[in-house]
Amino acid sequence: MAERRAVKPAELEGALAKLRARLGLSPKKRPGSGLPARKLIRGLVWARRATQLGLFALFSWLLFQTGFRGSFASDATEVRLPYPVEAFLLADPFVAAMTLLSTKTVYRGLAWSLGLLLVTLVFGRVFCGWMCPFGTLHHFFGWIFPSRYLKGGSRVEQNKTHPVRQRVKYYLLYAFLAASLAGSAIGGLFDPICIAVRAIGLGVLPAMQYVTGTATDWVAETGSRPAMRVADGATDFLAETVYSNEQPYFHQTWLIVISLAAILFMNRFVPRFWCRVLCPLGAFLGVFARFALFGMEKDHSKCTDCNLCLVHCQGADSPQGGVKWRQDECHMCMNCETACPEDVIKFRFLPKRDSTLSVPDTQRRTALTVAAAGAAAIPAMRIADVIDANYDHRVIRPPGSVEEREFLERCIRCAECMKVCPNNALHPAWFEAGVEGLWTPILIPRIGYCEHSCVLCGEVCPTGAIQKITEAQKLGIGQKPISIGTAFFDHGRCLPWSMGTPCIVCEEFCPTSPKAIWVEEVDVPKRSATPGPEGQEPPMEKVHVQRPHVDPSLCIGCGACEKVCPIQDKPAVYVTSVGETRSKTNIILLENTSYTQKG
Amino acid sequence: MAISRREALTRLGAAGLVLGSAAAITRASFDRGGIDIASAKGKPQVRDYRVPADGALPSMAIAAGADPLNVEADRDPASLTRRAIDALGGMRRFVSRGDVVVVKPNIGWDRTPLHAANTNPRVVAEVVRLAYDAGAKTVVVTDASCNEPNRCFQRSGIWKAAYDVGAEVIIPAEHRFRTMRLRGEVLDEWLVYTALIEADKVINVPVAKHHNLSGYTGAMKNWYGSLGGRRNRLHQNIDVSIADLATFMQPTLTVLDATRVLMRNGPQGGNIADTKELHTVCASIDQVAADAWGATLIGKTAEEIRYLAMGEARSLGVVDFAKLAPVKA
Repeated sequence: MAERRAVKPAELEGALAKLRARLGLSPKKRPGSGLPARKLIRGLVWARRATQLGLFALFSWLLFQTGFRGSFASDATEVRLPYPVEAFLLADPFVAAMTLLSTKTVYRGLAWSLGLLLVTLVFGRVFCGWMCPFGTLHHFFGWIFPSRYLKGGSRVEQNKTHPVRQRVKYYLLYAFLAASLAGSAIGGLFDPICIAVRAIGLGVLPAMQYVTGTATDWVAETGSRPAMRVADGATDFLAETVYSNEQPYFHQTWLIVISLAAILFMNRFVPRFWCRVLCPLGAFLGVFARFALFGMEKDHSKCTDCNLCLVHCQGADSPQGGVKWRQDECHMCMNCETACPEDVIKFRFLPKRDSTLSVPDTQRRTALTVAAAGAAAIPAMRIADVIDANYDHRVIRPPGSVEEREFLERCIRCAECMKVCPNNALHPAWFEAGVEGLWTPILIPRIGYCEHSCVLCGEVCPTGAIQKITEAQKLGIGQKPISIGTAFFDHGRCLPWSMGTPCIVCEEFCPTSPKAIWVEEVDVPKRSATPGPEGQEPPMEKVHVQRPHVDPSLCIGCGACEKVCPIQDKPAVYVTSVGETRSKTNIILLENTSYTQKG
Repeated sequence: MAISRREALTRLGAAGLVLGSAAAITRASFDRGGIDIASAKGKPQVRDYRVPADGALPSMAIAAGADPLNVEADRDPASLTRRAIDALGGMRRFVSRGDVVVVKPNIGWDRTPLHAANTNPRVVAEVVRLAYDAGAKTVVVTDASCNEPNRCFQRSGIWKAAYDVGAEVIIPAEHRFRTMRLRGEVLDEWLVYTALIEADKVINVPVAKHHNLSGYTGAMKNWYGSLGGRRNRLHQNIDVSIADLATFMQPTLTVLDATRVLMRNGPQGGNIADTKELHTVCASIDQVAADAWGATLIGKTAEEIRYLAMGEARSLGVVDFAKLAPVKA
């Protein structure tokens, strides 16, 4: 009886398997034993794929929502975004750790990163394999780029752990954390979420918008009304869902885009090169993966060295038999267990650790050296004159920014502020703010000015480099308004000042009340353009013009005047950073001086 | 070994065909070069949306909320608007069944209604409602703003107010501007906002306000909002460019909002103390007369506003609005 009972389910399963095979539903049989992997694990792999897709979609959608699109449903005068578009950055513990070390505080929403740390302490680096949008991008490109080139043996070879190259990310992590301690969150240059927002938001999406804009122009040139209507509709739809309201342009983005292309192309030679070799967030989570409650157990005796696990491995974390599993490198994608035909690999809670290496395989001496180098790099970079001795007049920081040193402690170059700016005013700095300030936000008024009542850059800033200010603070209702610089006139280029021509568009656009730009009514001599009779000197005329002046005590440096000045190539009014509220040194007027305050 | 005659002919033919096609392409797309700065050719593409004049009905009506006993109803911007338009014979005089009507308020600035830099949203909404009541198929509300359009449309309150009464609100986007021939005195060819001109009827709904360069602006200057491109050059000859634009765009009806008027620091304002509540709306089929009347609200005479005389010289209307015998509504 007992025997029959034991046999029956197997028979049943066999019959079911035959039926499934006939219907084409049979699960992929693994070579060797021919048995399918555990149902739970197969389910988890599909759950992982769904999570990856879902979170990548969520990341993209939040990026598309990073901008103000007005609403017919609202006449609210205080404009805020309806969604937490910076959510992925708030969940990023590397960002939280950097700013904790630099400012000794955890800024607001960054407390959410504890959640990701908790997940890592339970499941290991599931973030890398399941959640990271940049990781998903690399997973995808690591799959399609090498398709013909990196197959079989060569792929197995690449997917074995390469300790020398995989250590690099830990060294980068230590260097960046030490740099934070030295006062600079420069590690944001390498944070995967920052890279994804920066490269897609400032490079890929604007480029796509440019391409569709060109296509719309071509359609308009055909002159066909129905075709134009379709093109207009499509353009409007894209503007309302994916693109910015207007074609954005970003200062010197070529390096941002080329870096993205290069790092994606590396997948052709080493699958997930970024994740395995360079990612400091992955390294950060790898350091904590040792405490994970969930992990892998191996039964080495069953392994036939078929290497199928390695063909599918994402993290290059030695899933194969005969070597120890590298828990700190594993992305927890579970591909190895589904691939293994001999049940060598099992993922479970509280696994035995006798064939596991949990701790990053770094060399203490090197780790200490790079950390010291990271810490020393910051003062070394500040020897360059940009901060202390010769502050660059083009470094106009967004409204609500904290003082420059604290700004550098906080800014992770995530580009959220640049993406959200409704006027395309904020740009990634090139070397205006020094080597250290690469890709930090600066305002370039000629491209876009700071909209008077807008406070969105501070709203999306995840680290408080730009504080969350209110309209009342920015406009100065019942207090001093926030100034980001001061406007100056170039009299030699100004139409009323030197060419006897009326203009004062600057005064018209000056948003403060009373206006920081005031005009002086004058009658000035102007030579007529046509010569007198018999080639005499052209006669002189009198013209009435209004000559604009700036009141530095009222100017907030928004740059509207510079943006609208009709002298197109080099405007006759321009804004520089002097007079910014956040600084106690970069100022003009005596009454703004207070030597009791630091900075 | 020699090739066959057939193959020789085929090869010669192929070579000849390539040379012939290349020559044809060259001839068809030959570019002599040189530079040619010609002014626009062809007739000006003027937009005249006026309806035939009706001598029996008044040309201009002014609705003022003066009744101290019935302040609420009397000073309601919507009822003032309705009264002014009704005094001209009602919206049916201007809008026919099935018309596509474009309503052009001033949505130039990222300011709230209290700042009076944009048209009052309730005036706009009432015009939209009256146009639908008169049988319009679609009523479009739009403007090419100075500040960021999404902010201007939302914070002015016009987006919601117009949407709530069923208008199609169009946000100005780059692809909606196309070059047109204005052939004015200073405006030759310019990018024009197509959403404003693809219409059967156009109703101008400006706000009367102070303007630091031209003194006063209202109806005629409101057509700045029909242009794209770099409008900042227009200031160098603001009066002539306003006259050029008013020649280009002749609306079916002008509804001048003076419910709250920016008396100083125009056109953008920003300080509620600079505004004054006048509780008045003017409807007119003559945009010059409407502006001549509007200028008096901020204490300017018609002579001070130079573009008015230019408008009269171009037969766009009359400066002396008393000639139109405006009716009190």
